[in-house]
Amino acid sequence: MSSDLTRLTAAELAEKIHAREITSVEVTQAHLGRIEQVDGTVHAFLHVDTDGALEAARRVDEALAAGEPPASPLAGVPLALKDVFTTSDMPTTCGSKMLAGWIPPYDATVTRRLREAGIVILGKTNMDEFAMGSSTENSAYGPTRNPWDLDRIPGGSGGGSSASLAAFEAPLAIGTDTGGSIRQPGAVTGTVGVKPTYGGVSRYGLVAFSSSLDQGGPCARTVLDAALLHEVIGGHDPLDSTSIDAPVPPVVAAAREGASGDLTGVRVGVVREFSGEGYQPGVLAAFQRAVEQLGRLGAEVVEVSCPHFDYALPAYYLIAPSECSSNLARFDGMRYGLRSRENGHSAEEVMSLTREAGFGPEVKRRIMLGTYALSAGYYDAYYGQAQKVRTLIVRDFEAAFDRVDVLVAPTTPTTAFRIGERVDDPMAMYLADLCTIPANLAGNAALSVPCGLSEDDGLPVGLQVMAPAMEDHRMYRVAAAYQAARDDAEGGPLIHRVPDLEVTAR
Amino acid sequence: MTAVAELMDYAEVVERFDPVLGLEVHVELNTNTKMFCGCPTAFGAEPNTQVCPTCLGLPGSLPVVNRKAVESAIRIGLALNCEIAEWCRFARKNYFYPDMPKNFQTSQYDEPIAFNGHLDVVLDDGEVFRVGIERAHMEEDTGKSLHVGGSGGRIHGAEHSLLDYNRAGVPLIEIVTKPVEGAGERAPEVARAYVTALRDLLRALDVSDVRMDQGSLRCDANVSLKPKGTAEFGTRTETKNVNSLRSVERAVRYEMCRQAAVLTGGGSVVQETRHFDESTGSTAAGRRKETSEDYRYFPEPDLVPLAPSREWVKELSATLPELPWERRKRAQEEWGLSDAELRDLVNAGALELVAETVEAGASPDEARGWWVSYLAQQANARGVEIADLPITPKQVARVIALVAEGALTNKLARQVVDGVLAGEGEPDEVVAARGLRVVSDDSALLAAVDEALAAQPDVAEKIRGGKVQAAGAIVGAVMKATRGQADAKRVRELVIERCS
Repeated sequence: MSSDLTRLTAAELAEKIHAREITSVEVTQAHLGRIEQVDGTVHAFLHVDTDGALEAARRVDEALAAGEPPASPLAGVPLALKDVFTTSDMPTTCGSKMLAGWIPPYDATVTRRLREAGIVILGKTNMDEFAMGSSTENSAYGPTRNPWDLDRIPGGSGGGSSASLAAFEAPLAIGTDTGGSIRQPGAVTGTVGVKPTYGGVSRYGLVAFSSSLDQGGPCARTVLDAALLHEVIGGHDPLDSTSIDAPVPPVVAAAREGASGDLTGVRVGVVREFSGEGYQPGVLAAFQRAVEQLGRLGAEVVEVSCPHFDYALPAYYLIAPSECSSNLARFDGMRYGLRSRENGHSAEEVMSLTREAGFGPEVKRRIMLGTYALSAGYYDAYYGQAQKVRTLIVRDFEAAFDRVDVLVAPTTPTTAFRIGERVDDPMAMYLADLCTIPANLAGNAALSVPCGLSEDDGLPVGLQVMAPAMEDHRMYRVAAAYQAARDDAEGGPLIHRVPDLEVTAR
Repeated sequence: MTAVAELMDYAEVVERFDPVLGLEVHVELNTNTKMFCGCPTAFGAEPNTQVCPTCLGLPGSLPVVNRKAVESAIRIGLALNCEIAEWCRFARKNYFYPDMPKNFQTSQYDEPIAFNGHLDVVLDDGEVFRVGIERAHMEEDTGKSLHVGGSGGRIHGAEHSLLDYNRAGVPLIEIVTKPVEGAGERAPEVARAYVTALRDLLRALDVSDVRMDQGSLRCDANVSLKPKGTAEFGTRTETKNVNSLRSVERAVRYEMCRQAAVLTGGGSVVQETRHFDESTGSTAAGRRKETSEDYRYFPEPDLVPLAPSREWVKELSATLPELPWERRKRAQEEWGLSDAELRDLVNAGALELVAETVEAGASPDEARGWWVSYLAQQANARGVEIADLPITPKQVARVIALVAEGALTNKLARQVVDGVLAGEGEPDEVVAARGLRVVSDDSALLAAVDEALAAQPDVAEKIRGGKVQAAGAIVGAVMKATRGQADAKRVRELVIERCS
């Protein structure tokens, strides 16, 4: 029974819970049991809140039993929360020693909205330290493993959230995407990951890496589940000045419409720049098959050029480190988190020693890059120039969206690489986000939906669909249509082909 | 310790050098809540009780701009004849210090909300000096460090430090002048007059408490010298800890004399921050600024740009109160004051108090007389601002009315005021409680007069003989007998009446 419940989608679970065929407590217990069985191997979670989850589930069941309508379409469904959102009842570590054991005094807006929607938070998921990385190897608490191949990375920074979905430890998860940290893990774990329009989901309580790029978003195994979650967490928040004061785009309706399978009249642009050298042949082949599938669904497919996308990666690696060098300045041991216990030092020395001890090498690398890029005499050449590139990328998107409704590209140039393979080569690691970064720089919406397995290694490939700002529903419609058609043609969801995990005690 | 700095005689300084000033004034706004969160801003609360995730800079927290603070900033800009930016941004000023929760200050950098204005400053002799305003920008205040165990609360030698973040995030406006040139020997006076004028302006706008003693108005004075006839500015120092209007003048003057001695002695002025010592009137070297600190400014990504609509600016412009110099001009005309009288009134800080006393029914001359002399003395004796004396304009007006009615003599009136200041209640209550009312009952007075005449028959004889001036002795005796509560003029009339 319990293993069956973990195979269901969030929409299916919600329906059964709301019809009182099953209870939220049963569903929650099933997932907690699964975590118990497999997370010793996968290591998707940094913290599991068994008591809190069961208590939240019990409250949903009681409300339903009392005849109250469900608090949201996902009330009673469990979820895995990336450990970068503050939670007043669980530690929030951001995958860093710096915040080991830190329990924030407040809930992030996303956390609050999840609770208010009756969604059961199972625990906090592993991530690259402060969301910096593409493999989750930069976590101070050890790597997460990809359920498709335990020797491989689950993507990053939100590898824990995506792996928890692929390992059936949770039907829903929350991630954050600064340069691809939702979409790339989604792609390499065969799950769905959505980066909403910048400003679409509140950043209040999301521990900042790069404020102008960070965006929280939904992770799920189906496009519809992601849409349902998107509508729970999205919408204006007066506590976040950069949050957009407009209704959430109708993503659930779009996902349902798309599932009917008709894309007649939809113009799809294939980004010419995202192919060629550095792309794994199996990835390009899977992407090609996906584009053909979209054509068969009635979409009009054209090639478009976004010439400045070639400069997105270098621009990103100036802007994101610059902002991070400032955002992470507050971790100094003075008020919370780690503090160097060496005696006899001045406050300034304690700050220095704390930062030396608390941050991992990738975080230090980016803080130094950003500090340098913002320095007097270098600012114009680096940060200033990168902002100009950003404007050019925005214009590329605008020109492209004049011609097409959505853009498509591979989510990432390769499938999941092996753990340890790129740790000594930051440049190779950074290339994992080559295709996802432009949408962060421009702030528009983008998602990754599974598009089969690569012929060369049998690992999942992601199809990235990008839409204009606040037109998130367009990409949901296309992705839902594609996912339905692919599952139909292949005889079931791709995720069901994930190998069985050996059951071990956690 | 460094040796006491050599100083050049002031007359020689201004003969050989031209001073250039740059004044940076930080003003704490009197908004109810902080710049970027909803925490209260009240002064003097228990440490760390007016804080939240945002002003503590906790991970994940975000700022939201206080609209009222922006409104105050625009009103200040307008009153300083500035242009108001159509579009501007906040920036992050990055540096590490424990009293700054985020280790960056959210401020404005190259895109201030108000810029390019001026303030006309009236000097002691009535001359007007125009001070150019470079910019007025918004920023957040830092917390406060309390260093325990060291000498004089300084960090050096302290055993440990305590941090209070109640002030962190309180809205500040920084007002920066353009280089103030051409003031010559009057530079120190211009500096004081400028800060005074700015304080009065901010008070009239009701945007700040402008209490230098509480730090809600803080002035940093940049001073440099250039030899007479040269165009290039000299190296400047920045003097901090200037906590009163008088200190502004003293600090500038001291720096001029010190720098002149350094320069003529063949040395060069070090670009540095200096601290003013109120007790000695001197400045001492603080943090050196050899390499100008790199704050790595960049636009604050957590806030969207501000674009105050022209309609809003126009609206605010229309609601500006009467500005201090306009107010003074009007008072001078309405009350018929000479320039000197107006200056005394303004210097006493009593213009509004007089206005309110007049409004409560007193004549302008009487009202001014009370505030500028007796009450100013009382404030001085108590070491408080005249406005903080525990007596209201209405109470002063009542005392004046009692004198006009003849119920009090001037001497008695002062005793009534003393009573009010001592917290004995309203003027009428003090009169009743102290029994101060003038004895105006003629029968009672006549009895006293007769008694006095009987006691001094020789004097009575003289008066009867036509020596009216001899009546003084009798009047004095009556006044003594009535413990000063008689109207001396009436007593005199009665004496002459009795002897005629």
